[in-house]
Amino acid sequence: MLHARLRKSFAPKPDSAGFTLDLEFSATAGVTVLFGPSGAGKTLVLDSIAGFVQPDEGRILLDDDILYDAAAGVHLPPQKRNCGYVFQNYALFPHMTLRENLAFAAERRPRLERHRRVNDMVEKFRLTEAAGRRPHEVSGGQRQRCCIARALIGEPKLLLLDEPATGLDAVLRAEFYEALRQVRSDFATPMLLVTHDLTECFELGEEMLILHAGRIVQKGTPRSVLDEPANLEVARLLGAFNLLEGEIRTLDPGRNTSRVQVGEFELEGPYFPGHLKGDRVTLCVRPEQLKVGARNGKPGPNQIPAALLRAVERPHGMRLEFSGGGIASTMRVTVSRTEYESQKDNREWVIHFPSDGLRVL
Amino acid sequence: MAIDWFPLWLSLRVAVISTVLAFAGGLWIAYLLANRQFRGKDVLDAAVTLPLVLPPTVLGYYLLVLLGRASPLGKLWETIFGAPLVFTWKAAVVAALLHALPLLVKSARAALESVDRSYERAARNLGASEWKLFWRVTLPLAWRSIFAATALAFARALGDFGVTLMVAGNIPGRTQTVAVAIYDAVESGNGAVARTLVLVVSVVALILLTLANRLSPSRV
Repeated sequence: MLHARLRKSFAPKPDSAGFTLDLEFSATAGVTVLFGPSGAGKTLVLDSIAGFVQPDEGRILLDDDILYDAAAGVHLPPQKRNCGYVFQNYALFPHMTLRENLAFAAERRPRLERHRRVNDMVEKFRLTEAAGRRPHEVSGGQRQRCCIARALIGEPKLLLLDEPATGLDAVLRAEFYEALRQVRSDFATPMLLVTHDLTECFELGEEMLILHAGRIVQKGTPRSVLDEPANLEVARLLGAFNLLEGEIRTLDPGRNTSRVQVGEFELEGPYFPGHLKGDRVTLCVRPEQLKVGARNGKPGPNQIPAALLRAVERPHGMRLEFSGGGIASTMRVTVSRTEYESQKDNREWVIHFPSDGLRVL
Repeated sequence: MAIDWFPLWLSLRVAVISTVLAFAGGLWIAYLLANRQFRGKDVLDAAVTLPLVLPPTVLGYYLLVLLGRASPLGKLWETIFGAPLVFTWKAAVVAALLHALPLLVKSARAALESVDRSYERAARNLGASEWKLFWRVTLPLAWRSIFAATALAFARALGDFGVTLMVAGNIPGRTQTVAVAIYDAVESGNGAVARTLVLVVSVVALILLTLANRLSPSRV
């Protein structure tokens, strides 16, 4: 188990704004995902844990080992930290065969064990055929498996992965997730994965930490984070919501209802604890929670008439973009292809908002 | 016409020994410059480069002062080996070393620094000591450039004239290197000897430089 408390500041320079990393978290068995936009400090966290960067303050504890403790003046060199690191470009030594890469890493094991461990890894990660070749002579999938195997061969107490799937095509990506799931079931090593891809969080993550501007802004399972983003910032970072400006008109805790003015229309939602009548809020609703239909005269409750701007084909269904109802932002709705085919001749549209699925931030 | 080939063999011997010494010392200095932060680093860098720009007479003068029979270093040498250093072929080795070292340090440093840092991070992360990292990762990845630099240093060591003349002198059969012998031959109007030696030296240098170019990792 990893526990880290880190603080590191970079003074502003003429060509860059200042930056402060300030966070505390734990990671246990399974995959913990560090999710955030570029420049949030994700890689800095990994590099601090691996020992490539020295934080200004804090403490890093891995099982019973103190890797870093500012107060006690402890800063172990990377060699002594026993953290596997899967680099973004894999960093397999280009002048060695895959087997030699593994053997290089196995040298921290007792001499008699090395050969067997290398063979075990070659077999486990299906590298038998490629083991005698150099990194540039093997496939991308073999390279990534070799990199994971090399990181694991020294039996690290933690595996750090720095955006390992970035820039991979869909096939390689799927292979990579498969390899990591295998690692999760075969090794007890906790994994800390850095990514800016929400799908990846769902593929692998049990626990998700959302990082923004050097701070953790929310923790939880990917599902819980997506269902209940803690604040507007998180919702924006996840990029998976319609965010509509509105104002709370009524709040009724007894009947668990509320009414929110959005554009020219009022929508009914559940009671929003912690908000007051007249609050300016942002309505947060996912595109797949919305439904569309043909407009028949006056719009019903929780319906907003809108004009279809665009229909975009997606791998799974269609994304429809609407404007209207006096609402400033574009509203996105996800529907299945068949649903769209049956409705595409609508002359006028309405968007149905679910009354129980509304959230305000 | 009988040509005395001794100067050529002497020059080769001097160049080989000084290149070996320059390789060992130069690689170490290059490693320090490429990897370590210490006070006076830029001064060391400049000092190593100095022989490339100073006139040979200045260098020769320094060496005479530093290694002459009256100097502490010269006396130390004399007590250990029983004979003075200056005006022997060993002094020519020092002179050649002075020219080979800057070339080697400059190129080796650039070569070491051009190795992608992520390989070094990976090696450290995998528990490799700095020693293992250098010999097993950095050097193998940079060896082509370093070998090319060594060939260049060897060619330069082969051709030194001014400093050699000042500290080793021009004693035929003892300290007369090929560059000095050519000067001697021209001065005494011995055109045939001069022509032959010039040709041999040029061909050797051409071969070495071609080799160095082939080794430079600039191939596409």
